[in-house]
Amino acid sequence: MRRVLVATVFFAVLLAIWQAATASGRWSPVLLPPPRAVAQYLWDAARDGSLLEATLVTVKRLLVGYVIGIVIGLPLGLIVSTSDYFEDTIGALALGLQTLPSVCWVPLALLWFGQTEFAMLFVVVMGTVWSVVLATNAGARNIPPIYAKAARTMGSRGPDTWIHVILPAALPYVVSGMKQGWAFAWRSLMAAEIFVTILTGFGLGQILQYGRELNAMDQVIGVMIVIVAIGLAADKLLFSPWERLLHRRWGTGLK
Amino acid sequence: MSTKHLELQAEAPAKLVVERVSKWFRTPRAQVKALDDINLSIAEGEFVCLVGPSGCGKTTLLDIMAGLTKADEGRVLCDGDAVETPGRHRLVMFQEPALFPWLDAFGNVMFGLKRKPDLSDAERRDIADYHLRLVGLEKFKNAYVHELSGGMKQRVALARALAPDPQVLLMDEPFAALDAMTREQLYGDIQDIWHKRKKTIVFVTHDVREAACLGDRVFLMSPSPGRVREEFTVPLARSRDINSPELAAIAQRITLALRNHLVLSREAAE
Repeated sequence: MRRVLVATVFFAVLLAIWQAATASGRWSPVLLPPPRAVAQYLWDAARDGSLLEATLVTVKRLLVGYVIGIVIGLPLGLIVSTSDYFEDTIGALALGLQTLPSVCWVPLALLWFGQTEFAMLFVVVMGTVWSVVLATNAGARNIPPIYAKAARTMGSRGPDTWIHVILPAALPYVVSGMKQGWAFAWRSLMAAEIFVTILTGFGLGQILQYGRELNAMDQVIGVMIVIVAIGLAADKLLFSPWERLLHRRWGTGLK
Repeated sequence: MSTKHLELQAEAPAKLVVERVSKWFRTPRAQVKALDDINLSIAEGEFVCLVGPSGCGKTTLLDIMAGLTKADEGRVLCDGDAVETPGRHRLVMFQEPALFPWLDAFGNVMFGLKRKPDLSDAERRDIADYHLRLVGLEKFKNAYVHELSGGMKQRVALARALAPDPQVLLMDEPFAALDAMTREQLYGDIQDIWHKRKKTIVFVTHDVREAACLGDRVFLMSPSPGRVREEFTVPLARSRDINSPELAAIAQRITLALRNHLVLSREAAE
Protein backbone atom coordinates (compact mmCIF):
# COMPACT_ATOMS: atom_id res chain seq x y z
CA MET A 1 0.00 0.00 0.00
CA ARG A 2 2.78 2.36 0.96
CA ARG A 3 4.57 1.54 -2.30
CA VAL A 4 1.45 2.44 -4.29
CA LEU A 5 1.29 5.71 -2.38
CA VAL A 6 4.95 6.52 -3.08
CA ALA A 7 4.51 5.78 -6.79
CA THR A 8 1.35 7.91 -6.95
CA VAL A 9 3.09 10.85 -5.27
CA PHE A 10 6.06 10.49 -7.63
CA PHE A 11 3.94 10.72 -10.77
CA ALA A 12 1.80 13.50 -9.29
CA VAL A 13 4.97 15.52 -8.68
CA LEU A 14 6.09 14.89 -12.28
CA LEU A 15 2.72 16.16 -13.54
CA ALA A 16 2.93 19.18 -11.27
CA ILE A 17 6.38 20.10 -12.62
CA TRP A 18 5.06 19.77 -16.17
CA GLN A 19 2.05 21.96 -15.28
CA ALA A 20 4.26 24.57 -13.62
CA ALA A 21 6.58 24.64 -16.64
CA THR A 22 3.75 25.33 -19.05
CA ALA A 23 2.14 27.87 -16.70
CA SER A 24 5.39 29.83 -16.46
CA GLY A 25 4.90 30.96 -20.08
CA ARG A 26 8.57 30.50 -20.94
CA TRP A 27 7.83 27.97 -23.64
CA SER A 28 5.35 28.20 -26.44
CA PRO A 29 2.24 26.08 -25.79
CA VAL A 30 2.65 24.80 -29.34
CA LEU A 31 5.89 23.10 -28.34
CA LEU A 32 4.97 22.28 -24.76
CA PRO A 33 1.22 21.89 -24.33
CA PRO A 34 -0.12 21.74 -20.77
CA PRO A 35 -1.08 18.35 -19.32
CA ARG A 36 -4.73 19.29 -19.70
CA ALA A 37 -4.42 19.67 -23.48
CA VAL A 38 -2.81 16.23 -23.77
CA ALA A 39 -5.49 14.73 -21.55
CA GLN A 40 -8.12 16.43 -23.71
CA TYR A 41 -6.58 14.91 -26.86
CA LEU A 42 -6.48 11.45 -25.27
CA TRP A 43 -10.09 11.81 -24.14
CA ASP A 44 -11.30 12.93 -27.58
CA ALA A 45 -9.27 10.34 -29.47
CA ALA A 46 -10.48 7.63 -27.12
CA ARG A 47 -14.09 8.76 -27.58
CA ASP A 48 -14.06 8.87 -31.36
CA GLY A 49 -12.36 5.46 -31.40
CA SER A 50 -9.34 6.47 -33.47
CA LEU A 51 -6.89 5.82 -30.65
CA LEU A 52 -8.35 2.46 -29.80
CA GLU A 53 -8.33 1.44 -33.44
CA ALA A 54 -4.69 2.45 -33.89
CA THR A 55 -3.75 0.64 -30.68
CA LEU A 56 -5.46 -2.53 -31.84
CA VAL A 57 -3.73 -2.37 -35.23
CA THR A 58 -0.34 -1.89 -33.59
CA VAL A 59 -0.78 -4.50 -30.85
CA LYS A 60 -1.99 -7.04 -33.38
CA ARG A 61 1.07 -6.52 -35.58
CA LEU A 62 3.29 -6.72 -32.55
CA LEU A 63 1.76 -9.88 -31.11
CA VAL A 64 1.61 -11.77 -34.39
CA GLY A 65 5.20 -10.86 -35.29
CA TYR A 66 6.40 -11.58 -31.80
CA VAL A 67 4.75 -15.00 -31.62
CA ILE A 68 6.18 -15.92 -35.04
CA GLY A 69 9.59 -14.75 -33.83
CA ILE A 70 9.40 -16.99 -30.77
CA VAL A 71 8.07 -19.98 -32.70
CA ILE A 72 11.06 -19.70 -35.04
CA GLY A 73 13.61 -18.54 -32.46
CA LEU A 74 13.10 -21.07 -29.67
CA PRO A 75 13.65 -24.26 -31.69
CA LEU A 76 16.39 -22.60 -33.72
CA GLY A 77 18.18 -21.62 -30.51
CA LEU A 78 17.90 -25.18 -29.21
CA ILE A 79 19.29 -26.51 -32.49
CA VAL A 80 22.20 -24.06 -32.40
CA SER A 81 23.04 -25.24 -28.88
CA THR A 82 23.51 -28.84 -30.03
CA SER A 83 26.67 -28.29 -32.06
CA ASP A 84 29.63 -25.96 -32.20
CA TYR A 85 29.29 -25.93 -35.98
CA PHE A 86 25.81 -24.46 -35.67
CA GLU A 87 27.14 -21.98 -33.13
CA ASP A 88 29.89 -20.86 -35.55
CA THR A 89 27.43 -20.49 -38.43
CA ILE A 90 23.82 -19.82 -37.41
CA GLY A 91 24.93 -18.50 -34.03
CA ALA A 92 27.34 -16.01 -35.61
CA LEU A 93 24.67 -14.95 -38.09
CA ALA A 94 22.17 -14.44 -35.25
CA LEU A 95 24.67 -12.41 -33.25
CA GLY A 96 25.42 -10.21 -36.25
CA LEU A 97 21.81 -9.63 -37.11
CA GLN A 98 20.88 -9.00 -33.50
CA THR A 99 23.36 -6.13 -33.31
CA LEU A 100 21.81 -4.70 -36.46
CA PRO A 101 19.22 -2.15 -35.29
CA SER A 102 15.99 -3.65 -36.54
CA VAL A 103 14.87 -0.39 -38.13
CA CYS A 104 17.57 -1.13 -40.71
CA TRP A 105 15.31 -3.90 -42.00
CA VAL A 106 12.68 -1.35 -43.02
CA PRO A 107 14.16 -0.31 -46.40
CA LEU A 108 14.71 -3.94 -47.34
CA ALA A 109 11.25 -4.98 -46.23
CA LEU A 110 9.70 -2.14 -48.25
CA LEU A 111 11.54 -3.08 -51.41
CA TRP A 112 10.82 -6.78 -51.00
CA PHE A 113 7.25 -6.70 -49.83
CA GLY A 114 6.03 -3.19 -50.68
CA GLN A 115 3.79 -1.19 -48.40
CA THR A 116 2.03 -4.23 -46.98
CA GLU A 117 1.25 -5.74 -43.60
CA PHE A 118 3.75 -8.40 -44.48
CA ALA A 119 6.55 -5.84 -44.55
CA MET A 120 5.58 -4.72 -41.03
CA LEU A 121 5.45 -8.29 -39.82
CA PHE A 122 8.82 -9.03 -41.35
CA VAL A 123 10.45 -6.16 -39.46
CA VAL A 124 8.92 -7.26 -36.16
CA VAL A 125 9.95 -10.89 -36.68
CA MET A 126 13.51 -9.82 -37.49
CA GLY A 127 13.52 -7.71 -34.33
CA THR A 128 12.41 -10.64 -32.19
CA VAL A 129 13.93 -13.78 -33.56
CA TRP A 130 17.67 -13.23 -33.09
CA SER A 131 17.44 -12.27 -29.43
CA VAL A 132 15.39 -15.37 -28.75
CA VAL A 133 17.83 -17.59 -30.69
CA LEU A 134 20.83 -16.23 -28.81
CA ALA A 135 19.19 -16.42 -25.39
CA THR A 136 17.89 -19.95 -25.91
CA ASN A 137 21.28 -21.09 -27.18
CA ALA A 138 23.06 -19.49 -24.22
CA GLY A 139 20.50 -20.96 -21.84
CA ALA A 140 20.79 -24.48 -23.20
CA ARG A 141 24.58 -24.31 -23.16
CA ASN A 142 24.72 -23.11 -19.58
CA ILE A 143 22.68 -25.92 -18.13
CA PRO A 144 24.69 -27.92 -15.61
CA PRO A 145 25.48 -31.15 -17.53
CA ILE A 146 24.47 -33.11 -14.46
CA TYR A 147 20.78 -32.38 -15.16
CA ALA A 148 20.90 -34.12 -18.52
CA LYS A 149 22.98 -36.92 -16.99
CA ALA A 150 20.49 -37.47 -14.17
CA ALA A 151 17.60 -37.40 -16.64
CA ARG A 152 19.30 -39.98 -18.86
CA THR A 153 19.77 -42.41 -16.00
CA MET A 154 16.07 -42.04 -15.20
CA GLY A 155 15.14 -43.15 -18.69
CA SER A 156 14.67 -39.79 -20.41
CA ARG A 157 15.73 -39.74 -24.07
CA GLY A 158 15.76 -37.40 -27.07
CA PRO A 159 12.70 -35.17 -27.36
CA ASP A 160 11.59 -36.01 -23.83
CA THR A 161 14.90 -34.65 -22.49
CA TRP A 162 14.60 -31.51 -24.63
CA ILE A 163 11.07 -30.72 -23.53
CA HIS A 164 11.23 -31.76 -19.88
CA VAL A 165 14.83 -30.99 -18.95
CA ILE A 166 16.73 -28.73 -21.34
CA LEU A 167 13.94 -26.24 -21.99
CA PRO A 168 12.81 -25.79 -18.37
CA ALA A 169 16.42 -25.66 -17.18
CA ALA A 170 17.13 -22.92 -19.74
CA LEU A 171 13.96 -21.03 -18.81
CA PRO A 172 15.66 -18.19 -16.90
CA TYR A 173 17.70 -17.39 -20.02
CA VAL A 174 14.80 -17.95 -22.37
CA VAL A 175 12.52 -15.57 -20.47
CA SER A 176 15.11 -12.80 -20.46
CA GLY A 177 15.70 -13.42 -24.16
CA MET A 178 11.97 -13.21 -24.81
CA LYS A 179 11.85 -9.97 -22.87
CA GLN A 180 14.67 -8.52 -24.92
CA GLY A 181 13.01 -9.79 -28.08
CA TRP A 182 9.83 -8.03 -27.04
CA ALA A 183 11.67 -4.75 -26.52
CA PHE A 184 13.34 -5.01 -29.94
CA ALA A 185 10.09 -5.96 -31.62
CA TRP A 186 8.31 -3.00 -30.06
CA ARG A 187 11.03 -0.55 -31.11
CA SER A 188 11.27 -1.89 -34.63
CA LEU A 189 7.52 -1.80 -35.12
CA MET A 190 7.30 1.83 -33.99
CA ALA A 191 10.12 2.78 -36.34
CA ALA A 192 8.46 0.93 -39.20
CA GLU A 193 5.09 2.56 -38.53
CA ILE A 194 6.62 6.03 -38.45
CA PHE A 195 8.48 5.48 -41.71
CA VAL A 196 5.90 3.57 -43.64
CA THR A 197 2.30 4.36 -44.37
CA ILE A 198 0.28 1.27 -44.97
CA LEU A 199 -3.25 1.60 -46.15
CA THR A 200 -4.44 -1.59 -44.47
CA GLY A 201 -4.28 0.04 -41.06
CA PHE A 202 -2.99 3.06 -39.19
CA GLY A 203 -1.03 2.17 -36.10
CA LEU A 204 0.16 4.28 -33.22
CA GLY A 205 3.40 5.11 -35.02
CA GLN A 206 1.47 6.57 -37.91
CA ILE A 207 -0.72 8.71 -35.64
CA LEU A 208 2.43 9.93 -33.96
CA GLN A 209 3.86 10.90 -37.34
CA TYR A 210 0.64 12.75 -38.31
CA GLY A 211 0.91 14.65 -35.05
CA ARG A 212 4.31 15.87 -36.17
CA GLU A 213 3.08 16.79 -39.63
CA LEU A 214 0.15 18.72 -38.17
CA ASN A 215 2.34 20.31 -35.50
CA ALA A 216 -0.11 18.83 -32.97
CA MET A 217 2.13 18.45 -29.98
CA ASP A 218 -0.71 17.32 -27.73
CA GLN A 219 -1.24 14.40 -30.11
CA VAL A 220 2.48 13.58 -30.21
CA ILE A 221 2.82 13.53 -26.44
CA GLY A 222 -0.52 11.75 -25.98
CA VAL A 223 0.46 8.92 -28.33
CA MET A 224 3.88 8.64 -26.70
CA ILE A 225 2.16 8.18 -23.36
CA VAL A 226 0.00 5.42 -24.83
CA ILE A 227 3.10 3.71 -26.25
CA VAL A 228 4.83 3.85 -22.87
CA ALA A 229 1.69 2.53 -21.17
CA ILE A 230 1.50 -0.43 -23.55
CA GLY A 231 5.16 -1.23 -22.94
CA LEU A 232 4.64 -1.11 -19.18
CA ALA A 233 1.47 -3.18 -19.34
CA ALA A 234 3.18 -5.82 -21.50
CA ASP A 235 6.00 -6.07 -19.00
CA LYS A 236 3.61 -6.46 -16.08
CA LEU A 237 1.19 -8.83 -17.81
CA LEU A 238 3.46 -10.92 -20.02
CA PHE A 239 6.74 -11.15 -18.17
CA SER A 240 6.22 -10.44 -14.50
CA PRO A 241 4.29 -13.66 -13.88
CA TRP A 242 7.06 -15.69 -15.51
CA GLU A 243 9.75 -13.89 -13.57
CA ARG A 244 7.89 -14.39 -10.31
CA LEU A 245 7.56 -18.09 -11.09
CA LEU A 246 11.28 -18.37 -11.84
CA HIS A 247 12.23 -16.50 -8.69
CA ARG A 248 10.00 -18.70 -6.60
CA ARG A 249 11.33 -21.95 -8.02
CA TRP A 250 15.00 -21.11 -8.47
CA GLY A 251 15.13 -19.08 -5.27
CA THR A 252 16.69 -16.13 -7.08
CA GLY A 253 15.96 -12.46 -6.53
CA LEU A 254 14.59 -13.07 -3.05
CA LYS A 255 15.29 -10.38 -0.52
CA MET B 1 33.49 -81.44 -11.35
CA SER B 2 30.54 -81.95 -9.05
CA THR B 3 32.16 -80.14 -6.12
CA LYS B 4 32.95 -77.16 -8.27
CA HIS B 5 29.37 -77.13 -9.43
CA LEU B 6 28.19 -77.06 -5.84
CA GLU B 7 30.50 -74.21 -5.01
CA LEU B 8 29.14 -72.15 -7.83
CA GLN B 9 25.61 -72.74 -6.65
CA ALA B 10 26.43 -71.74 -3.11
CA GLU B 11 27.47 -68.25 -4.18
CA ALA B 12 24.86 -65.61 -4.69
CA PRO B 13 24.43 -64.86 -8.42
CA ALA B 14 26.49 -61.94 -9.66
CA LYS B 15 24.30 -58.94 -10.33
CA LEU B 16 26.94 -56.69 -11.75
CA VAL B 17 30.16 -57.85 -13.37
CA VAL B 18 32.98 -55.61 -14.48
CA GLU B 19 35.20 -57.44 -16.96
CA ARG B 20 38.66 -56.22 -17.89
CA VAL B 21 37.57 -52.61 -18.11
CA SER B 22 40.15 -50.04 -19.20
CA LYS B 23 39.68 -46.39 -20.02
CA TRP B 24 42.01 -43.69 -21.30
CA PHE B 25 41.58 -39.96 -21.07
CA ARG B 26 43.03 -38.02 -23.92
CA THR B 27 44.23 -34.55 -23.14
CA PRO B 28 45.97 -32.38 -25.74
CA ARG B 29 49.32 -33.13 -24.10
CA ALA B 30 49.08 -36.74 -23.11
CA GLN B 31 47.09 -39.90 -22.81
CA VAL B 32 46.27 -40.83 -19.27
CA LYS B 33 45.18 -44.30 -18.36
CA ALA B 34 42.29 -43.63 -16.01
CA LEU B 35 41.29 -47.25 -15.46
CA ASP B 36 43.51 -50.27 -15.94
CA ASP B 37 42.05 -53.74 -16.26
CA ILE B 38 39.32 -53.52 -13.63
CA ASN B 39 37.58 -56.75 -12.67
CA LEU B 40 34.76 -56.86 -10.16
CA SER B 41 31.89 -59.16 -9.41
CA ILE B 42 29.11 -57.81 -7.25
CA ALA B 43 26.42 -60.08 -5.88
CA GLU B 44 22.74 -59.33 -5.84
CA GLY B 45 21.78 -57.39 -2.71
CA GLU B 46 25.37 -56.62 -1.88
CA PHE B 47 26.59 -53.23 -0.62
CA VAL B 48 29.98 -52.55 -2.15
CA CYS B 49 32.19 -49.52 -1.64
CA LEU B 50 34.89 -48.25 -3.99
CA VAL B 51 37.34 -46.17 -2.02
CA GLY B 52 40.40 -44.29 -3.17
CA PRO B 53 41.98 -40.86 -3.45
CA SER B 54 40.82 -38.40 -6.08
CA GLY B 55 42.07 -39.28 -9.55
CA CYS B 56 41.91 -43.03 -9.01
CA GLY B 57 39.10 -43.34 -11.55
CA LYS B 58 36.37 -44.43 -9.16
CA THR B 59 33.81 -41.98 -10.52
CA THR B 60 34.70 -42.96 -14.08
CA LEU B 61 34.21 -46.60 -13.16
CA LEU B 62 30.80 -45.77 -11.69
CA ASP B 63 29.86 -43.83 -14.84
CA ILE B 64 30.80 -46.85 -16.93
CA MET B 65 28.64 -49.11 -14.74
CA ALA B 66 25.81 -46.60 -15.17
CA GLY B 67 26.27 -46.60 -18.95
CA LEU B 68 27.00 -42.87 -18.98
CA THR B 69 30.56 -43.41 -20.21
CA LYS B 70 31.90 -46.09 -22.51
CA ALA B 71 34.85 -48.23 -21.58
CA ASP B 72 37.70 -48.34 -24.12
CA GLU B 73 38.28 -51.99 -23.34
CA GLY B 74 36.27 -54.62 -21.53
CA ARG B 75 32.63 -54.51 -20.56
CA VAL B 76 30.13 -54.32 -17.75
CA LEU B 77 27.42 -56.93 -17.40
CA CYS B 78 24.20 -56.41 -15.49
CA ASP B 79 22.27 -59.66 -15.05
CA GLY B 80 24.44 -61.07 -17.80
CA ASP B 81 23.55 -58.35 -20.32
CA ALA B 82 26.17 -55.90 -21.52
CA VAL B 83 25.59 -52.33 -20.30
CA GLU B 84 25.56 -49.96 -23.28
CA THR B 85 23.35 -47.09 -22.23
CA PRO B 86 21.93 -45.74 -18.98
CA GLY B 87 18.87 -47.58 -17.83
CA ARG B 88 16.43 -47.17 -15.04
CA HIS B 89 17.47 -50.49 -13.51
CA ARG B 90 20.73 -48.84 -12.56
CA LEU B 91 20.00 -45.43 -11.06
CA VAL B 92 22.73 -43.01 -10.11
CA MET B 93 22.95 -40.65 -7.18
CA PHE B 94 25.48 -37.91 -7.78
CA GLN B 95 27.68 -35.92 -5.46
CA GLU B 96 25.61 -32.82 -6.12
CA PRO B 97 21.94 -33.57 -5.59
CA ALA B 98 21.25 -32.78 -9.30
CA LEU B 99 17.63 -32.06 -8.42
CA PHE B 100 15.65 -30.06 -10.97
CA PRO B 101 14.96 -26.55 -9.65
CA TRP B 102 11.85 -26.12 -11.79
CA LEU B 103 10.13 -28.99 -9.97
CA ASP B 104 9.23 -29.31 -6.31
CA ALA B 105 10.39 -32.26 -4.18
CA PHE B 106 7.41 -34.35 -5.25
CA GLY B 107 7.89 -33.45 -8.92
CA ASN B 108 11.52 -34.51 -8.71
CA VAL B 109 10.62 -37.89 -7.27
CA MET B 110 7.93 -38.25 -9.93
CA PHE B 111 10.39 -37.56 -12.78
CA GLY B 112 11.77 -41.08 -12.95
CA LEU B 113 8.38 -42.65 -12.24
CA LYS B 114 6.75 -40.79 -15.12
CA ARG B 115 9.27 -42.37 -17.44
CA LYS B 116 8.51 -45.83 -16.16
CA PRO B 117 5.80 -47.51 -18.20
CA ASP B 118 3.06 -49.82 -16.89
CA LEU B 119 2.16 -47.58 -13.96
CA SER B 120 -1.05 -45.63 -13.56
CA ASP B 121 -0.79 -42.02 -12.50
CA ALA B 122 -2.34 -42.82 -9.13
CA GLU B 123 0.24 -45.57 -8.56
CA ARG B 124 3.03 -43.16 -9.43
CA ARG B 125 1.74 -40.65 -6.91
CA ASP B 126 1.47 -43.30 -4.21
CA ILE B 127 5.01 -44.52 -4.89
CA ALA B 128 6.39 -40.97 -4.80
CA ASP B 129 4.57 -40.25 -1.53
CA TYR B 130 5.86 -43.50 -0.05
CA HIS B 131 9.47 -42.66 -0.87
CA LEU B 132 9.23 -39.12 0.44
CA ARG B 133 7.94 -40.66 3.69
CA LEU B 134 10.77 -43.18 3.61
CA VAL B 135 13.35 -40.38 3.66
CA GLY B 136 11.29 -38.41 6.19
CA LEU B 137 10.35 -35.51 3.94
CA GLU B 138 6.60 -35.95 3.49
CA LYS B 139 6.09 -32.47 4.97
CA PHE B 140 8.36 -30.95 2.32
CA LYS B 141 6.59 -32.54 -0.61
CA ASN B 142 5.82 -29.20 -2.25
CA ALA B 143 9.02 -27.39 -1.32
CA TYR B 144 11.25 -26.18 -4.12
CA VAL B 145 14.86 -27.26 -4.24
CA HIS B 146 16.31 -23.97 -2.98
CA GLU B 147 14.08 -24.17 0.06
CA LEU B 148 15.71 -27.43 1.21
CA SER B 149 18.91 -27.81 3.22
CA GLY B 150 21.85 -29.77 1.78
CA GLY B 151 20.91 -32.90 3.70
CA MET B 152 17.27 -32.64 2.67
CA LYS B 153 18.28 -32.23 -0.97
CA GLN B 154 20.28 -35.44 -0.84
CA ARG B 155 17.33 -37.16 0.82
CA VAL B 156 15.09 -36.07 -2.04
CA ALA B 157 17.74 -37.28 -4.48
CA LEU B 158 17.77 -40.62 -2.65
CA ALA B 159 13.98 -40.85 -2.84
CA ARG B 160 14.14 -39.96 -6.53
CA ALA B 161 16.71 -42.70 -7.14
CA LEU B 162 14.78 -45.32 -5.15
CA ALA B 163 11.27 -44.56 -6.39
CA PRO B 164 11.51 -46.25 -9.83
CA ASP B 165 12.61 -49.38 -7.94
CA PRO B 166 16.01 -49.87 -9.59
CA GLN B 167 17.80 -53.13 -8.93
CA VAL B 168 21.14 -51.38 -8.68
CA LEU B 169 21.88 -48.07 -7.02
CA LEU B 170 25.11 -46.37 -8.01
CA MET B 171 26.16 -43.68 -5.56
CA ASP B 172 28.94 -41.22 -6.33
CA GLU B 173 30.11 -39.61 -3.08
CA PRO B 174 26.55 -38.57 -2.36
CA PHE B 175 27.28 -37.31 1.14
CA ALA B 176 30.63 -35.62 0.53
CA ALA B 177 29.22 -32.11 0.57
CA LEU B 178 27.28 -32.55 3.82
CA ASP B 179 28.24 -31.74 7.39
CA ALA B 180 29.30 -34.60 9.66
CA MET B 181 26.09 -34.73 11.67
CA THR B 182 23.80 -34.89 8.68
CA ARG B 183 26.09 -37.47 7.16
CA GLU B 184 25.94 -39.78 10.17
CA GLN B 185 22.17 -39.60 10.11
CA LEU B 186 22.16 -40.51 6.44
CA TYR B 187 24.49 -43.49 7.06
CA GLY B 188 21.79 -44.85 9.33
CA ASP B 189 19.06 -44.07 6.79
CA ILE B 190 20.82 -45.63 3.84
CA GLN B 191 21.62 -48.85 5.73
CA ASP B 192 18.04 -49.00 6.88
CA ILE B 193 16.67 -48.50 3.39
CA TRP B 194 19.14 -50.94 1.89
CA HIS B 195 18.06 -53.52 4.47
CA LYS B 196 14.34 -52.91 3.77
CA ARG B 197 14.50 -52.71 -0.01
CA LYS B 198 17.35 -55.14 -0.71
CA LYS B 199 19.10 -53.21 -3.43
CA THR B 200 22.51 -53.86 -4.89
CA ILE B 201 24.49 -50.75 -4.04
CA VAL B 202 27.83 -49.56 -5.38
CA PHE B 203 29.01 -46.63 -3.32
CA VAL B 204 31.99 -44.49 -4.34
CA THR B 205 33.80 -42.46 -1.71
CA HIS B 206 37.20 -41.08 -0.75
CA ASP B 207 36.35 -41.45 2.93
CA VAL B 208 37.74 -44.75 4.22
CA ARG B 209 35.60 -44.74 7.37
CA GLU B 210 32.49 -44.13 5.34
CA ALA B 211 33.40 -47.09 3.14
CA ALA B 212 34.01 -49.34 6.15
CA CYS B 213 30.74 -48.23 7.70
CA LEU B 214 28.59 -48.93 4.67
CA GLY B 215 30.20 -51.71 2.63
CA ASP B 216 29.91 -55.47 2.87
CA ARG B 217 33.06 -55.35 0.83
CA VAL B 218 35.41 -52.45 0.23
CA PHE B 219 37.54 -52.23 -2.91
CA LEU B 220 40.62 -50.11 -2.55
CA MET B 221 41.62 -48.20 -5.67
CA SER B 222 44.77 -46.21 -6.37
CA PRO B 223 45.57 -43.76 -9.14
CA SER B 224 47.81 -43.50 -12.20
CA PRO B 225 46.69 -45.78 -13.60
CA GLY B 226 43.44 -46.43 -11.77
CA ARG B 227 43.48 -49.95 -10.44
CA VAL B 228 41.67 -52.01 -7.86
CA ARG B 229 44.45 -52.95 -5.46
CA GLU B 230 42.85 -54.79 -2.62
CA GLU B 231 39.58 -56.09 -1.38
CA PHE B 232 38.43 -55.96 2.23
CA THR B 233 35.48 -57.72 3.76
CA VAL B 234 33.78 -55.89 6.60
CA PRO B 235 32.35 -58.56 8.90
CA LEU B 236 30.60 -56.17 11.30
CA ALA B 237 26.90 -56.49 12.04
CA ARG B 238 24.39 -53.92 10.81
CA SER B 239 23.36 -51.31 11.51
CA ARG B 240 26.89 -50.05 12.01
CA ASP B 241 27.93 -47.03 13.97
CA ILE B 242 30.68 -45.08 12.24
CA ASN B 243 32.18 -44.18 15.63
CA SER B 244 32.61 -47.75 16.87
CA PRO B 245 36.18 -48.91 17.66
CA GLU B 246 35.84 -52.12 15.60
CA LEU B 247 34.98 -50.05 12.58
CA ALA B 248 37.86 -47.67 13.28
CA ALA B 249 40.25 -50.64 13.35
CA ILE B 250 39.09 -51.82 9.93
CA ALA B 251 39.27 -48.28 8.55
CA GLN B 252 42.80 -48.04 9.83
CA ARG B 253 43.80 -51.23 8.05
CA ILE B 254 42.40 -49.90 4.80
CA THR B 255 44.08 -46.53 5.29
CA LEU B 256 47.46 -48.19 5.87
CA ALA B 257 47.05 -50.29 2.75
CA LEU B 258 46.10 -47.19 0.79
CA ARG B 259 49.14 -45.29 2.01
CA ASN B 260 51.31 -48.23 1.06
CA HIS B 261 49.94 -48.31 -2.49
CA LEU B 262 50.35 -44.57 -2.90
CA VAL B 263 54.01 -44.77 -1.88
CA LEU B 264 54.57 -47.70 -4.24
CA SER B 265 52.93 -45.99 -7.19
CA ARG B 266 54.89 -42.80 -6.53
CA GLU B 267 58.14 -44.78 -6.49
CA ALA B 268 57.12 -46.54 -9.66
CA ALA B 269 56.53 -43.18 -11.30
CA GLU B 270 59.98 -41.89 -10.34
